[in-house]
Amino acid sequence: MNSILECSHVNKRFGRKEVLHDVNIQIEPGHIIGLLGPNGSGKTTLIKLACGLLTPSEGDIRILGEPAGPSSKLKIAYLPDKSCLSDWMKVSQIVDMFHDFYSNFDRIKAYEMLGRLDIDPKLKLKTLSKGTKEKVQLILVMSRKADLYLLDEPIGGVDPAARDYILQTILTNYNEEGSILISTHLIADVEQVLDRVIFLKEGRVVLDSSVDDIRIQNRKSVDELFREVFSC
Amino acid sequence: MPWQFDNERPIYTQLLEKIRIRIISGQYPAGNRLPSVRELAAEAAVNPNTMQRALAELERSGLIYSQRTSGRYVTEDESLVSFIRESVAQEKIHSFYEEMKQLGYSREETMNLLNKDKGGSST
Repeated sequence: MNSILECSHVNKRFGRKEVLHDVNIQIEPGHIIGLLGPNGSGKTTLIKLACGLLTPSEGDIRILGEPAGPSSKLKIAYLPDKSCLSDWMKVSQIVDMFHDFYSNFDRIKAYEMLGRLDIDPKLKLKTLSKGTKEKVQLILVMSRKADLYLLDEPIGGVDPAARDYILQTILTNYNEEGSILISTHLIADVEQVLDRVIFLKEGRVVLDSSVDDIRIQNRKSVDELFREVFSC
Repeated sequence: MPWQFDNERPIYTQLLEKIRIRIISGQYPAGNRLPSVRELAAEAAVNPNTMQRALAELERSGLIYSQRTSGRYVTEDESLVSFIRESVAQEKIHSFYEEMKQLGYSREETMNLLNKDKGGSST
């Protein structure tokens, strides 16, 4: 059985700046994993490497046993940290576009979620608030039946009530044989949804452990431990 | 509403306690089928693997059992349920006395206060 994602000895440099250093990560099916670290620790770079938008300077990345590349795009549902959708399009047009692009996109599911969050599909993207745009993006990503969901800051811009709904959406919609990697600063909000966390510090993995093991060993939550490890 | 958890303890033990209370209070009656891991995890807004671990732990205590194809059930052994009910009650009483001790009350003084409490008379 192949791991969904396997990074071995991954280094990434931009010019002379080393952003990731000897990163080794293995993700098996059926997990929700938090990728946690302060700004500039390499979270987004790691996610971009995993979806094949960047290539490692050294080391190897495999998705279900194959190198990241065109064939892995169908297996990965990626939520970028910045919006990549055209502002002039209507929500319904974007849904159609995703349907055309991805054979594993479930249009009915997308409309269900839009309805539940009270988003009118006839509206153009540019008329939506920042938070609503984020919700639309997340809905598009979660409506795919993928093996690996890479969510880069999925709940940063949305209000706490919608945050709960979004976490519910993530919990109830992900494919059970798949896994989710979530990068976020809002640890307290997602902690109970995660079963494992990876701490990145200056491009290195400094902790890779289950949430409950952290609580058992340290008698504190992941959120509290994070504040301790990364205290300024 | 997601369930609330405190920070110092693992989430799975807190899930276990909450489900145990549902069983001993009769919300999940003896012999009845439990909701699935997925349903319980969604209700609590927790990771399904964490919920799975809590249920596996409860199974070890005998309070629930699983039937290979049809899911998990509350034990039919009502004496076990009432035994566990009583031991949970004992724990609560102990920690209550502990707290009263920190306030400077002896066991007897605590008992007296309890009896004075409205509706708390034992006779």
